[in-house]
Amino acid sequence: MTNSWNDVQYTDCALIMGANPAENHPISFRWLTKAKENGGKIVSVDPRYTRTSAMSDIYASLRSGTDIPFMGGMIKYALDNNLYHKEYVAKYTNASFIVKDSYKFEDGLFSGYNAEKRAYDKTQWAIEKDAEGKPVKDFTLEHPRSVFQLMKKHYSRYDVDTVVKITGTPEDDLLKVYEAFCATGKVGKAGTIMYAMGTTQHTVGTQNVRAFAIIQLLLGNVGVPGGGINAMRGESNVQGSTDFGLLYGNLTGYLNAPTSTDKLNATLAGHLEKETPKTGYWSNKPKFIVSLLKAWYGPNATPENEFAYQYLPKGNKNYSHINLFKAMYDGKLEGAFLFGTNPVVGGPNAGKEKEALSNLKWLVAVDLWETETSAFWQKEAGSDPGKINTEVFLLPACSSYEKEGSVSNSARWMQYRWQAIKPLGESKADLEIIHELATKIKALYKNESGPAAAPINALYWNYGEGHHPDIDLVCKEINGYDVNTGKLIAGFGNLKDDGSTCSGNWIYCGFYPEEGKNRAKNRDKKDTGMSLYLNWSYAWPMNRRILYNRASCDPSGVPYNKEKAVVWYDAAKGKWTGVDIPDFVATRKPGDAGFEDPFIMMNDGVGGVFAPTLNDGPFPEHYEPYESPAKNPFSSQEINPTIQLFDGKFNERGFKADYPIVATTYRVSEHWQSGTMTRNQEWLSELVPHMYIEISEELAKEKGIKNKDKVIVSSARGEVKAYAMVTKRFKPHTIDGKKVHQIGMPWHFGYKGFATGDTANRLTPHIGDANTTIPEYKAFLCDVRRA
Amino acid sequence: MVEINLNRRQFLKLSGATAVTLAVVELGFNEKKAHASTKEFKIAKSTVTPTICCFCGVGCGILVHTKDNTVVYTEGDPDNPINEGKLCSKGTTIRQLYTSEKRIKKPLYRAPGSNKWEEKEWEWMYETIAKRTKETRDKTFVVSEDGMTVNKTEAIASLGGAALDNEETYLLSKMMRGLGVTYLEHQARI
Repeated sequence: MTNSWNDVQYTDCALIMGANPAENHPISFRWLTKAKENGGKIVSVDPRYTRTSAMSDIYASLRSGTDIPFMGGMIKYALDNNLYHKEYVAKYTNASFIVKDSYKFEDGLFSGYNAEKRAYDKTQWAIEKDAEGKPVKDFTLEHPRSVFQLMKKHYSRYDVDTVVKITGTPEDDLLKVYEAFCATGKVGKAGTIMYAMGTTQHTVGTQNVRAFAIIQLLLGNVGVPGGGINAMRGESNVQGSTDFGLLYGNLTGYLNAPTSTDKLNATLAGHLEKETPKTGYWSNKPKFIVSLLKAWYGPNATPENEFAYQYLPKGNKNYSHINLFKAMYDGKLEGAFLFGTNPVVGGPNAGKEKEALSNLKWLVAVDLWETETSAFWQKEAGSDPGKINTEVFLLPACSSYEKEGSVSNSARWMQYRWQAIKPLGESKADLEIIHELATKIKALYKNESGPAAAPINALYWNYGEGHHPDIDLVCKEINGYDVNTGKLIAGFGNLKDDGSTCSGNWIYCGFYPEEGKNRAKNRDKKDTGMSLYLNWSYAWPMNRRILYNRASCDPSGVPYNKEKAVVWYDAAKGKWTGVDIPDFVATRKPGDAGFEDPFIMMNDGVGGVFAPTLNDGPFPEHYEPYESPAKNPFSSQEINPTIQLFDGKFNERGFKADYPIVATTYRVSEHWQSGTMTRNQEWLSELVPHMYIEISEELAKEKGIKNKDKVIVSSARGEVKAYAMVTKRFKPHTIDGKKVHQIGMPWHFGYKGFATGDTANRLTPHIGDANTTIPEYKAFLCDVRRA
Repeated sequence: MVEINLNRRQFLKLSGATAVTLAVVELGFNEKKAHASTKEFKIAKSTVTPTICCFCGVGCGILVHTKDNTVVYTEGDPDNPINEGKLCSKGTTIRQLYTSEKRIKKPLYRAPGSNKWEEKEWEWMYETIAKRTKETRDKTFVVSEDGMTVNKTEAIASLGGAALDNEETYLLSKMMRGLGVTYLEHQARI
């Protein structure tokens, strides 16, 4: 989230799309309700009439997988009707930049496409630079190759008729949404977009979010209270676990993991050269990388050995979830560690993920419960134990209040959890389990000196003498300290690239600025202004609560909305002041270079309407889901031309002739993710005890299905049994003149726990987004019949 | 123990035995109020510890009441500015994470081809896992590729971590990269 949960109350309009916070983030809704009391509007866009829709002022339905047409139409509407924030667009975004004439767009493809590699040569979309290397701009936005004009041309194709034809949204509803949300383009108004997995879990997921970014920049909604782009996180610390680098492509703090595919990465100097832009805040990157190496390798990281840079593993491919299971399926993996995760229920094409597990030699699962994944070899899982040679180690972890540590919520608030009670039975904190494993593995290598031993021997692991590591030492290493004096670093602005400082995660540097002051433990609930609560917990970076808050002021530093001001330039005192921590260099004065730049992390200091770094194009373009019931009306490219294709037995593909119904998955309030944490509790199991699907009255009639009937849902990957919930919440869409049905189902169920049921993900495909490879859970084809 | 809201603590002290006795005397036969005071009695003298809900990314505050080595009650933390004491169905039942009979209390091991779990000691588990990790890693370790130092193993995967604490994710990330693991993924992807 760029903003916070409490901040939502200041919005004039909340567009909730690809999310259902009333169900999945229930407590967030109190701030949406407050926004309504304050006169704000709530808009819900969803294939299903959800609990969120029930609380909204405007609801619009759309077919799963058509977010880009919906949003592309909105971009066109804002431009055609002059509803965008002119000064903001010209000054605070790259709309004024001139794009090289090698940029082209024709029949669904941008220039530079290589069909064999399914990839683009992105240099063809580059921005024109002047002699000093700065972007060439036209602030009138009239240059035919300005980003603004190219965007206008691109979205001129997304007219209301075509949009309605493919989304199935009734035209009146579509226009109501456009009108309500685009009204926030007025200077001083704020609109927020709140989204979740309904947006991201598509083969165009990243571009769905990009479409949000474009409209929010056009309407001047980023960096302002009640505005922003707010990803609602589904897990208590999925923000933190991502910040701390538990994805193959990045180390902590969004520093790219070095790869062997770029020759520059052969040395630290080359890696720093490749990674460090000349402008923007990332120009400080060498300080963050070297400080991380010092945290990981301690005294073993010296200027002479490139601060142990060579010990970092260098990958050469996409190692993401689907690829990981493909490697396991193909027998290329020997061992796996699972920390509180249950892919046999939660992974895409889950039946194949279960099969893949039996190819492992050993599996370590750390969990509070026996899950469908750690028990994949059992008879009740449909396996023949005698034929599965995988050795399984199930380590009992304790729950969150049986240990201490911090979690970062969606708003980047790092909140501390104190230990309420000793771990149950012999269960242990994951911190101790990880520490013991690392210690034991290191001990096995202690007397070895081979090439495999060197990196692990060099790893600095110093968290006290006991079995349980000293968490305070871990916290200090994350924040960073002067390695000579041990003095804690006050903030990441003080990190050095000469090896004199360490910091395990630079974006968190500052949460523990001095001895005894772990700011995650701050519990002063006083509202310090605009509900920012600066003394409650700590928000990275540097306790800033609204990211890019410079953009809430005009170029001279005067807030666009004086009633809802968070930072402003006090001309009399000659300095910035306000109730939030400035997310920019606050010492700059009018006339100084960069004084007007609101987007500190962007190399050019402005927001990216045009994003020439993405794999599937600089502007979002509509492609149909991998499995679709319709033809793409915008071009002859049916599916995203840059997605990686997984085929064969690992991923059977279904077509509309056999599977004419669109399906999506979702969650319910009473269960959580793959269900292990809730299906093992009595009360929640009793509240929602069965697997079910929701189907429309129209489809039920066609299929002869009555409410509560047992039905079978089938896809090219498998079949699941469920109860039918016949409901008005789903309505068939009219797509290009034809009736298309859609059904939905929760993905929480498996055969373990108190509440059991078939696993929805046995139906979903192994196909992912072109940039992130997130699976396309939210739009696939199926059929339904009575059981 | 952390200092939470002082007023609340005073209230909790007051709701102890003395206060309840006084309350009963004063309340006479008012059934509703008497019911309220018995509810207070259950959590009297319990230790109150603030935590953050372990489910979604909203980050609601919860107070965990413990007494006699068990969790006796949980409720929304009125001091937390995000939820101001309110909770959803999952946040409300968080006590059952501790009391559920389904919790695993001992390390469990399943041998190749076996159809059952066996209880094992932690030490044995740690040592065996460390051995397996080393065997696989040594066998598959790649030092260089096309002349570039790569120091990796592509035969070990690590999955999960979105429900771990920051400090835990940090150590996990450090350990896995330290081992040379490239198949490092978690729930943010799926």
